[in-house]
Amino acid sequence: MKLRIVLFLCLWPFAAFTQGFSGLGTDAEGFAVPAPNPTFSFPADHGPHPDFRIEWWYLTANLTGTDGTPYGLQWTLFRSALAPGEDKGWQSPQIWFAHAAVTTPDTHLATERFARGGIGQAGVRADPFRAWIDEWALEGADFDNLSLTARGPDFGYDMTLNADGPLVFHGDRGFSVKSVEGQASYYYSQPFFRITGTLTLPTGDVPVTGTAWLDREWSSQPLADNQKGWDWFSLSFNDGSKLMGFQLRQADGTDFTSSTWIAPDGATTAYPNGAFRTDPLAQSTVADRTIPTRWQVVLPQRGVDVTVSALNPDAWMELTIPYWEGPVTMTGTHTGQGYLEMTGYE
Amino acid sequence: MLLELDNVQKSFRDSEGRVPVLQGVSFTLEAGQTLALTGESGSGKSTLLHIVSGLEQPERGRVLLSGSDLTQLDDRARAAVRRTELALVFQQFNLIPSLTVAANIGFQARLAGRTDDAHIDQIVTALGLTDQMAKYPEALSGGQQQRVAIARALAVRPKLLLADEPTGNLDEATADDVLDQMMQLVSATGAALLIVTHSRMIAGRMDRQLHLSRGRLA
Amino acid sequence: MIRACLSALMSHWRRNPLQLFAYLAGLALATALWSGVQAINAEARASYDAAEATLGEAQFDRLMPRQGASVSQDTYLALRRSGWLVSPVIEGRLGAVRVVGIDPITSPTGLGALNADGPLALDFTGPVQLFANAQTARDLGAGVDVTRTPDIAPGIAIGDVGMVQRLLDRDDLSYLTVAPEQPLGRLDLSTVAPNLRLQPAQQGTSVGQLTDSFHLNLTAFGLLSFAVGLFIVHSTIGLAFEQRRAMIRTLRSLGVPLRTLVLLITGEMLGLATIGAVIGVVLGYLIAAVLLPDVAATLRGLYGADISGALQLRAEWWLSGLLIAVLGTAFALAGRLWQIARMPLLASARPRAWIMASGTRLRLQAFGAIALLTAALVLAVFGQGLMAGFVLLGCLLIGAALLLPVLFEWGLSQVQALAKGPVWGWFWADTRQQLPGLSLALMALLLAVSANIGVSTMVSSFRTTFVAFLDQRLAPELFVQVDNAADSARLDAFLTQNATEVLPLLSTEAQIAGQLTDLFGVRVEQTYRDNWAFLDATDAPWDAVDAGAAVVVNEQLARRADLWVGDGVQIAPDLSLPIAAVVGDYGNPHGQVVLSERVFHRLHPGLSPLQFGVRTDDADQLRQQITARLNIPDSAMINQAAIKALSLEVFERTFTVTAALNVLTLLVAGFAILMTLLTLADLRLPQLAPVWALGLTRQKLGWFELLRAIALAALVFLCAIPLGLALAWVLLTIINTEAFGWQLPMYLFPADYLKLGGYALVAAFLAALWPALRMMRTRPSTLLKVFANEA
Repeated sequence: MKLRIVLFLCLWPFAAFTQGFSGLGTDAEGFAVPAPNPTFSFPADHGPHPDFRIEWWYLTANLTGTDGTPYGLQWTLFRSALAPGEDKGWQSPQIWFAHAAVTTPDTHLATERFARGGIGQAGVRADPFRAWIDEWALEGADFDNLSLTARGPDFGYDMTLNADGPLVFHGDRGFSVKSVEGQASYYYSQPFFRITGTLTLPTGDVPVTGTAWLDREWSSQPLADNQKGWDWFSLSFNDGSKLMGFQLRQADGTDFTSSTWIAPDGATTAYPNGAFRTDPLAQSTVADRTIPTRWQVVLPQRGVDVTVSALNPDAWMELTIPYWEGPVTMTGTHTGQGYLEMTGYE
Repeated sequence: MLLELDNVQKSFRDSEGRVPVLQGVSFTLEAGQTLALTGESGSGKSTLLHIVSGLEQPERGRVLLSGSDLTQLDDRARAAVRRTELALVFQQFNLIPSLTVAANIGFQARLAGRTDDAHIDQIVTALGLTDQMAKYPEALSGGQQQRVAIARALAVRPKLLLADEPTGNLDEATADDVLDQMMQLVSATGAALLIVTHSRMIAGRMDRQLHLSRGRLA
Repeated sequence: MIRACLSALMSHWRRNPLQLFAYLAGLALATALWSGVQAINAEARASYDAAEATLGEAQFDRLMPRQGASVSQDTYLALRRSGWLVSPVIEGRLGAVRVVGIDPITSPTGLGALNADGPLALDFTGPVQLFANAQTARDLGAGVDVTRTPDIAPGIAIGDVGMVQRLLDRDDLSYLTVAPEQPLGRLDLSTVAPNLRLQPAQQGTSVGQLTDSFHLNLTAFGLLSFAVGLFIVHSTIGLAFEQRRAMIRTLRSLGVPLRTLVLLITGEMLGLATIGAVIGVVLGYLIAAVLLPDVAATLRGLYGADISGALQLRAEWWLSGLLIAVLGTAFALAGRLWQIARMPLLASARPRAWIMASGTRLRLQAFGAIALLTAALVLAVFGQGLMAGFVLLGCLLIGAALLLPVLFEWGLSQVQALAKGPVWGWFWADTRQQLPGLSLALMALLLAVSANIGVSTMVSSFRTTFVAFLDQRLAPELFVQVDNAADSARLDAFLTQNATEVLPLLSTEAQIAGQLTDLFGVRVEQTYRDNWAFLDATDAPWDAVDAGAAVVVNEQLARRADLWVGDGVQIAPDLSLPIAAVVGDYGNPHGQVVLSERVFHRLHPGLSPLQFGVRTDDADQLRQQITARLNIPDSAMINQAAIKALSLEVFERTFTVTAALNVLTLLVAGFAILMTLLTLADLRLPQLAPVWALGLTRQKLGWFELLRAIALAALVFLCAIPLGLALAWVLLTIINTEAFGWQLPMYLFPADYLKLGGYALVAAFLAALWPALRMMRTRPSTLLKVFANEA
C-alpha cells in the first residue's frame, strides 16, 4: 500500500496544473478507475498501465551479512501520469521516478532518479520483464527470476532474486479498497523472493542474503479526502506465514485498516477495516519530526500480537518527497522480520 | 527684590591657564530700578551680563531673579526665564535678517507665547517705527535697527531689560534719541534696567551706578 | 515656540532662495551621480542574475559536442544508462530571441527561475508553450504561445526541451548539463560519448569575469563620485551654517533652549537633505536611463551579454542614494552642531579652528599619503588579481588626494618667498591661509580631473589599438558560414574558382598548456601576411606557419601559459611546434593557437572548415552567386564593411557611459569649489577688510579671488596629469590584464589633456565667478563693520 505518490504530486511543481491533493484523491479525471472482480493477465500486467494515474514496482528486502549483521534494502520505480495514455518521445505524459535505499543498524542511505517517459530513459517491459530508469534495473527472463541493480553517490547494490512461492493478491482477488467511500487500487505481491548479492557501502562491499517482497499496485484515485497519511507493514514470520497490513490515518483521528494473511503456501485471507490494529509504543525524533518507531500490531483473528521495532529508527528518506521506510523485527506471539513505511508525519 | 547677585565668580581658560574674570561680585536691583554697569574693556562687564541673562553659568555664587536661583536651573529652564522674564538689547542689534521688522518685533513675544498687539502698537508708535514694519532690517539705519531691537525686547513685558552698549554703534545724536526713547518705555512698562556702558553720560542717567574693575566691584 | 523658531529658520531660505538652491543642488548632484552609477550597476547585475538563474549557466559542468553544436538524443540516453546524471538542453534562435529548451524533470536547477512565481502550466503533450519576459514575448510575435514572466533574462525564451525541438524542427540537443552529484560506478565519458567533452562550470563561455571587470570599473566611478559627493555635502552644510551663525546666536539669546535649537536644525537639515536626495535619485534615474542603452550596448558589444534596455526603479539604489545624502548630512551636521553648542553667544566672531592650518594635521596627512602611496607601489610590483588592482587604484587616488594640500602648502610657501611686492606677497600668503578650507574641494577636483585623464587615456588607447585590430582581422570582404562538411567542400571548390583568395577557417577547442584554447587552422595567403600585426614575431612567421613548422598564438594564451616567441607549444600529444609570433587579440577571452590548414587536418581529420573569409572585388555579386548556385542562405554571409561598421559603432558607444560619467564628475567637482568659495567668502571678510582698508579696491579683491581659483585649479591640473597617467597605467597594464587577459599599449594624447585642463580651469572660473562678484559688490559698510566688531 504505497500512496505517497499523492504527496509527491503535491510537492512537485506540476501539482497545481494537474490537480490538487483532494482533487487527486477523489476524481479520476479521465483516468481509468480500478473495478471490482479484476481479471489479471500475466505477464502483460507486470508491465505498465498508462491509463491509470499512478503505478509502482516496489521491492523491499531483509538481508543478513556473513557476520550476521542485518540490513534492509529498497528499490522502487514509480510511474506518474500527467494525462492518461501514452504518446511518442518528449510528448509522453508519463513521468517516472525511482527511489533506492540501504539500511544498516547505524546508517541509512537513500537516493532518487527522475525521467520523462517516451524517450527510453525509463520504463517497464512485461516480457521479458525489465523495469529500468537510467542505469538502474530490475529485470529477468521471467517475473520469478530477476536481477536488481541501483547506484547512488555513496552506495549501490547488485542482487539476484528467485521466487519460491506464488503471486498473492490483496483485498478481493487483487481489488484493494482504501476507504469507506470505496477508493481502491489493483494490488498484488510476490513476497516469496530469496535474494542474494552484494551491497556497496561507503565502508566497502558486503555480501548478503535474505528475503524480499515485491509489491505491484496501480490506481487513479487512491486516497479519500480526509486521509492524511499511512503506516504500512509487510511482516514475514519465522513460521513461514506472512502478514501485510496498513492503516490510513484520517483527519478525525480514526483509521481505515486493511490486511492480508498469507499462509506459507501462498494462500491468502483478506481482513476488512478494523480487524488489523496498531498502536505506537515508542517515538523517535527523526529529521525534526516525531515518528513512532516501535509499534504494537494486532490481528486477533490470527492470534497475532507482536511488537514491531525498527532496525534503525533513522531510516528517513530525505528525498524530494521525504518519508520513513526501513526494516523491522517482530517479537511477541510471532517472531520474524519485515518492512515498515510511514508517511504524513509533519 | 528683583535681582540679587551673591558672590559671583567666573574664570576662563586660555593657553596660560585660568584667568579670573569675575571675583566675587555681589549687588541687588529692585523692580523698576535702573542700574548702570561701567568698566574698562575686559573688566568682565559682558560676562556679568551673560551670567545675569543665564547665557553663562558662574563657577560660584548665586544669581537670584525674582527669588529663584538661575545657577540651579538647567539650560532649558534658563532659556524659559530668558524668554519670559528678561529681554536683551545688544550693541550689534542682533536682529534676524530674514524676518521683517514686524516679525522681528513680535518674535520674542511669540517665543514667550504672549503676543499683545495693542501693547506692541504702543511701543512701535512710541519708537516711530510704524512706517517701517514691512521692511527688512538691512533697509533700516542703525538707529532704527536698534529701535526695532528695543521694541522686540519690550514687547515681551520683561521684568528686567539687559542692555549691552545699546548705543555703541550709533552716532551721538541718534544715540541720545534712542536712549531717551528706551528710558521712557522702560519707565512706562515698569521694567528694571541693567545697562552696560562705558559712557559716563549714560551711566549718569541711571538710578544707580556700579563700576567693575578687574572682576571686582569698585 | 517651536513654530516661531522654525519660521525664523525657514525665513532664511525664503530670503535667500539661491542658497537654498545651492544646498539642495549640492545634495542632489552628489546623490544623482552616486545613484546613477548604482542604478546602472544594479540594473546590469540584476539582468545577469536573471540570466544566470534562468540558464544556470555558470553553475554546472556541461557536456559539449567536440565539433558542431549538436548532441544526439541517443547519446543523452546512452549517458543516462551509463550512470551519467545529465540533463538535455537545446538552444536555437527565433529571430533575435534565443530559445532554450530544458527538461524540467532532470534539470539540476529544477525549474529554476520559472518556478519562482508558482508552478508552471507545462503540459508536455499540448501545443508549444514558451516562457519569456514581456519584451521578449513581443519580439517573438503572435505566432508562439508565450507565458510572460519577469524572471527570465531578456532575449531568452524558455520551454520544454520537446516543445523547443518541435518549434525549431529539430530532433537533437545542443548540450547536456551535468548534475553536481554523480553515482558510483559511472562509465568514462570517452567510453560512452567520445564525441563530447566536459566543459567545467565557470569557464570559457562564462561572461562573469569580464562583466565583473566592467562593473568594477563602474563601481570605482561610483565610489569616486561618492567621495566627491561627500565633499560637496560637507561644503554645503558648512555654507548653510556659516550663513546662519548669527541668527542661531540671536535665537539662543532670545531664549530658545540649545536642545530645541539643535533638534530643530537637525530636523530641518535632514528634511532638506531628504528632499535634495530624492531630487538626486530622480536625477540619477534620468542619467541612468539616458546612459543605460549605451551600457547595454557596451556589454552586448564587448562580451555578448544581453542586458535589459529598460530601467526599473530598484529599492536598493533608492535607499543607497538617500542613505548617502542623509548620512553625509548627518556626518557634516554633527561637527557643526558641536560647534554651535560651544559657540560663545555674544562674543564677536573668533577665528575658526577648522579653517586654521595646523602643522600637526598637515604632518598627519603627509604621513597617511606616503603610507598609501607606498602601499600602491608595493601592490603594483607584487599585487595579484583584479581586486589587488582596484585596491592599488584606491591607494593611489586617496594617497595622491591627501598629498595635495601638503604639496600645495609647500609649493605656495616657495612661491610666496619669491613674490615681488607687498600685494603679491599678500596674495600668496592669503591663498596659503585659505588652503585648509579649500583642500576638500581641491581634492575633489584633483580626483575628477585625474579620473578624466586616466579614463580618456585608456579609452583612446583602446580605440587606436582596436581600429588597427579590426583592419587586420576584417580584411576579407566576405565571410561565409556553413554548417556541414558537404557544404564546406562545395563552397571551397566554388570559391577557389570564383574568388581572388579563399581563407577557410578550421576551428575546434583543445586543451593546450592546461588552457581551454581555440585551435584554428588557416590557409596561409597574402591577406594574412599583409594584415596581421604582431606584438612579437620571428622574421618570417607566416612562412614557418605555412610550412607546418610553427604556430601563431594570441596574447591571452601567451600571457596565461607564459609561452612566447621561440617557446614550444604542445598542440597534440605527439606534436609540439614553436611559436613564430604573438598576436594582439583584443576583447577575446579565449586563448588561440593558429596553425596551418594541413597540420590541422592531420590532427583532426574529421573536421571541415565552417567559416570562410573571401577576398573578392565584388562581394555583393559573389554573395548572390553563392546563394543561387550552392543554395547557402544569404543570412549565412556577412560582408566585411558591415562587421567593421558594427564593431566600430559598438566600440564608439562602449565608452560613452564612462565619458558621460567623467563629465558629470567634473561638473560635481566644480560645484564643490563653488560651494566652498561661497562658504569661505563671509569668513574671509575679516581677512580682506584690512587689505581693502589699506587701498586695494573691491574690484581688485574680486579679481584676485578669481585669479586665485584659476591658479589653484591650474596647480591641481598640473598634479592631476601625473596622477591621471598613473591611473591610466594601472587601468591598462594591471586592471585590464587581470580582467581581460591582455595588455593594451598605452598611448598619450596631450591634446586631450590640454582640453581637459581647459575644462577644469573653466569649471574653476565659473565656480569662483559668483563669490568674486559678491566680493566686488560687498558694501563698504559691511567691510567697515569688521573693524567695529573687532572693537
